[in-house]
Amino acid sequence: MSVRLQSEPFDPGALLTAFCAGREETGAVASFTGIARAERGQAHALELEAYPGFTDAEIARTGAAAAARFGLQDWLVVHRVGRIAAGEPVVFVATASAHRREAFEACDHLMDYLKSRAPFWKKQHGPDGARWIEPSDRDRTDALRWETP
Amino acid sequence: MARVLLFGRLADLAGWRHRPVEAASLSALRLALAADDPALGEALAGPGVQTAVDQAIVRGEADLTAASEVAFMPPMSGG
Repeated sequence: MSVRLQSEPFDPGALLTAFCAGREETGAVASFTGIARAERGQAHALELEAYPGFTDAEIARTGAAAAARFGLQDWLVVHRVGRIAAGEPVVFVATASAHRREAFEACDHLMDYLKSRAPFWKKQHGPDGARWIEPSDRDRTDALRWETP
Repeated sequence: MARVLLFGRLADLAGWRHRPVEAASLSALRLALAADDPALGEALAGPGVQTAVDQAIVRGEADLTAASEVAFMPPMSGG
């Protein structure tokens, strides 16, 4: 159950291997890796700003809530901050549960939260300069799927 | 002397990301920042800008001490 914000690149395969190790009672691990898109040459880099302490605490709160809701045994969020070149992994989420459905759903849920509501500020650097980006309509409606009526 | 933090486009607008500012309350802090930089003052009052004191979201007024950390956060983009 942990969240890590880091400016250094990470290897999603190594993170997944480490997350899967020693889990005799787990049964299911789901993971997601988000990669910075080049947007057909319109984005050569992303710049992600976080509020250290605040951003990780907010993500940890959401992770704990997801663990309770989906009955997770464990979860991990690793998120890059700073400048990220197109093609580099930005975010890694892994979830562990006894059966696959809970692991899939919790991973999907955590990513929808991270993409729409997590406290980051994102700037896209392209050929015409830099611009601040806000969540897309799709990011917002994806996140609404998890609201309980 | 609160420590003020700006994020995202607010930091670009102001040209700084953190700075100490003398103020005993959040409203006094907003006035001091607006007096120094009217465009920033207007942006801080704009839609979707959230304020945190010591890393907890505050709506409305709050007392500040010398050790307070005040963050002004424009709408969050997600990661």
